[in-house]
Amino acid sequence: MKFETVIGLEVHVELKTQSKIFSSSPNAFGDGPNENVNPKDLGYPGTLPVLNEEAVNYGMKAALALNCEISPYTVFDRKHYYYPDNPAAYQISQDEFPIARNGWIEIEIDGEKKKIGIERIHLEEDAGKLIHTDDGSLVDYNRQGTPLIEIVSRPDIRSPEEAYLYLTKLKSIIQYTGVSDVKMEEGSLRCDANISLRPVGQEEFGTKIELKNLNSFNFVREALEYEEKRQAKILSEGGSLEPETRRYDEKAKKTFLMRVKNVEEDYRFLPDPDIVPLTISEEWVERIRQEIPELPDARRKRYVEELGLPEYDAGVLTSTIEMAEFFEETVKHGADPKQASNWIMGEMSAYMNKHQKELPELAITPEGLAKMIGLIKNGTISSKIAKKVFAHLVENGGDPEEYVKREGLVQISDEGELRNIVNQVLDENEKSVQDYKDGKKKALGFLVGQVMKATKGQANPQMVNKLLQEEIEKR
Amino acid sequence: MSLSNYTIKQVEEMLKKGEISAQELVDLSYKQIEKVDGEIGAFLSLNEEKARGQAKQLDEEKAYKGKLSGIPGAMKDNIATKGMATTCASKMLENFDPLYDATVVEKTGEAEAIMIGKVNLDEFAMGSSTETSAYKKTKNPWNTDYVPGGSSGGSAASVAAGEVMFSIGTDTGGSIRQPAAFCGVVGMKPTYGLVSRHGVVAMAPSLDQAGPITRTVEDNARVLEVIAGYDQRDMTSVKKDVPAYSENLTQDIKGMKIAVPKEFLSDGVDAEVKEAVENALQMFELLGASWETVSLPHIKYSDAAYYAIAYSESASSLARYDGVRFGHRASEFSDVIDMYKRSRSEGFGDEVKRRLLIGTAFLSGDMNEQIFRKAQKVRTLIKRDFQAAFEKFDLIIGPTTATPPFKLGEAIEDPLQLQTSDMLAVPANLAGLPALSLPCGFTESGLPIGLQIIGNHFDEQKIYNAAYAYEQATNHHKKRPVIGGAEV
Repeated sequence: MKFETVIGLEVHVELKTQSKIFSSSPNAFGDGPNENVNPKDLGYPGTLPVLNEEAVNYGMKAALALNCEISPYTVFDRKHYYYPDNPAAYQISQDEFPIARNGWIEIEIDGEKKKIGIERIHLEEDAGKLIHTDDGSLVDYNRQGTPLIEIVSRPDIRSPEEAYLYLTKLKSIIQYTGVSDVKMEEGSLRCDANISLRPVGQEEFGTKIELKNLNSFNFVREALEYEEKRQAKILSEGGSLEPETRRYDEKAKKTFLMRVKNVEEDYRFLPDPDIVPLTISEEWVERIRQEIPELPDARRKRYVEELGLPEYDAGVLTSTIEMAEFFEETVKHGADPKQASNWIMGEMSAYMNKHQKELPELAITPEGLAKMIGLIKNGTISSKIAKKVFAHLVENGGDPEEYVKREGLVQISDEGELRNIVNQVLDENEKSVQDYKDGKKKALGFLVGQVMKATKGQANPQMVNKLLQEEIEKR
Repeated sequence: MSLSNYTIKQVEEMLKKGEISAQELVDLSYKQIEKVDGEIGAFLSLNEEKARGQAKQLDEEKAYKGKLSGIPGAMKDNIATKGMATTCASKMLENFDPLYDATVVEKTGEAEAIMIGKVNLDEFAMGSSTETSAYKKTKNPWNTDYVPGGSSGGSAASVAAGEVMFSIGTDTGGSIRQPAAFCGVVGMKPTYGLVSRHGVVAMAPSLDQAGPITRTVEDNARVLEVIAGYDQRDMTSVKKDVPAYSENLTQDIKGMKIAVPKEFLSDGVDAEVKEAVENALQMFELLGASWETVSLPHIKYSDAAYYAIAYSESASSLARYDGVRFGHRASEFSDVIDMYKRSRSEGFGDEVKRRLLIGTAFLSGDMNEQIFRKAQKVRTLIKRDFQAAFEKFDLIIGPTTATPPFKLGEAIEDPLQLQTSDMLAVPANLAGLPALSLPCGFTESGLPIGLQIIGNHFDEQKIYNAAYAYEQATNHHKKRPVIGGAEV
């Protein structure tokens, strides 16, 4: 029997507001345990939640960037469960009236565009963190009250690859809006996946399995691929599945049962009487919409249509806002778009990968890169020398022209000077000259290398080629 | 001299003229506590050292510019006081320091009032007799065989017994007004949102309001104008200017239109109470107001709606007492779930447990829709009943309680009877309306009876004016309880 895979994703994104969503404590990552905590965050009696408007604005911004409709009326609810990291024994979340609904993300799979629906986005508070030690468990409430948005997709995803593309796109869009760092390794983006299989042609959904502990987009894809096969095998053999939650083990590359979900957990939702329901005006929505920068798809289209970049380049450059902005600034400073793209996607990306650095940490500026590309174009430096210049710029910044002059890296394009050097080289390598004349064309490469060596790589390569051939002819 | 002989305004004048000092006032307060509190049992903790220090400072400065300068007051022990135990009369919060002051504590402090101590209540404000307190029974100053009412029983008793000049209580379903009625003092539950709930330990947040209990209407108006006002730490507090109620007081209530809901004078209401209220209505006529009987058809459902909402919200709000970060933690347990169970079983008393169990059930499964959500709809209908009445009338008047005070131990065994005693008080909470209780007579056996005046949202001034006119035209407020053979 052939099966169709149905996947839905629940993504939690931390919003990087100044303070927590319902208290004035700082919202920061990486501080010492319980440093960013006040009586409210500890659930002290008599403390009250006060909604942080910045969190609402950030949530709306992300929702609008994901093509959602903003609800004119939104309510915060108490979701009850006992756990030491949940100080009030309820999490403030949104149940019936989430802040946004009905959005979508467009992905491209096998050259086809496909829209994945977003059912809803709601605002909620994050919980604290348990730290288990030999002497018992400790709780750090720093994260308690960090604003989160939960983005719930529709079950529109049909393969692990689509899930991967959806997540990549989602991350890129949110990153563009600037409301979150969307770093999975720091927990500012977290993903749970639901996957079920049904016989091709059947409308009714199969049994849904929830996957947890998915710590990178690759692991999401791997876990789904594993689960797809596991479920297909059981179903093909006539077996049946039970609704359950499974965790992915990255090392074993397998999913393992966490718990069977016989009964839906009862969270005893209650509209939070401490928080006045929020009415969001059209004007408010429009104000936030204006703040959204040009998003990846629009930029990509512009790079192709207006700057003449290949689709591939445009896609890579727009995958993060930092790269796109760097590229555009470089072009603004006069660089040829394709050249700028080559350097950013080539040398610069390689450097970042090698040194595990992010673009803002690099010393090179768009102006510096543009100038360097200009120096290549006007023949001041060779492409080979340019690599050396780039290596300097990326670590130290500064003006490439000054550097080139200071280090004496200017390309030798003076014909008389080069001709002298060429003749010197030919005198010293008579055998190679003879070889070339005998038809061994490879010998020319060797001679070019010798000239470059003699000029410390500063000779204009095109001219060296031309002059070598001319001078050999004469001999 | 006794604190009961003066109003706050009179004390202010005496302080400014140098006829009395803040230190003497504080001394009067602690002397009276020493004298009578062994019998009355209003106080759970005293703030003596700090209080005397504050009084000394006020006397040294001699400015007395605060609206409550040098006035001895008390806080119900479910109101957060920094560095001072806030127990909610529960073992769960024995010696608990909330680390911050409630807004009402800050505001009375800024007005230079002197906090004498914290007073008793039903555990977590759950009860109508102050008998569910885990620490002590408070007695009615008019007759110590009787309860002071609840849950703000300590607040009402401390004022009636002349221990303090004002006491801040909280009212979720009559918890300020019913004890004020039982103790023969004035208690105001303000409009929902007028007084910040920041630092008021939640019972049912959509119903809770803090308010003053005092001996006179004028004092009451004065304390309310101090504690009322927008607070950015409470989203449900309302951005609105607070009038100087006590300065605007007038006895002229000619032409005022009063509605008397027939549901408030049903057969369930005690004959003596009914008679006292009818006499009060005659007095209002003499003062130039008119009254007529009306019907608020949905009010008969207010009890059911109240319990569904109050218990559900309580179950949610009290879930945080789990022994993890503060409060009582069981000394032995096998795992974290066991720790929760034992800590809560040991820390909470029976009435609290009863309400939390019921409230949790009301929010669970299908009952969430069938009981909790339905109660919200009923609440809307009750609000509309009141809205319709306030389109034609200025105020609504009736008894505060259906019966006079009951004896200690009489009702505690019967939760249903306790509930009936709040029957007339809960509609104002459900509708978020301001409501005041003031003395309107005594039973043959000498127990106080309370008159309830309900106004439209933010019509506190109108309530105070009617209450003031009535108070000044009658002598009920001049009567004093006798404790230990001496009049207070």
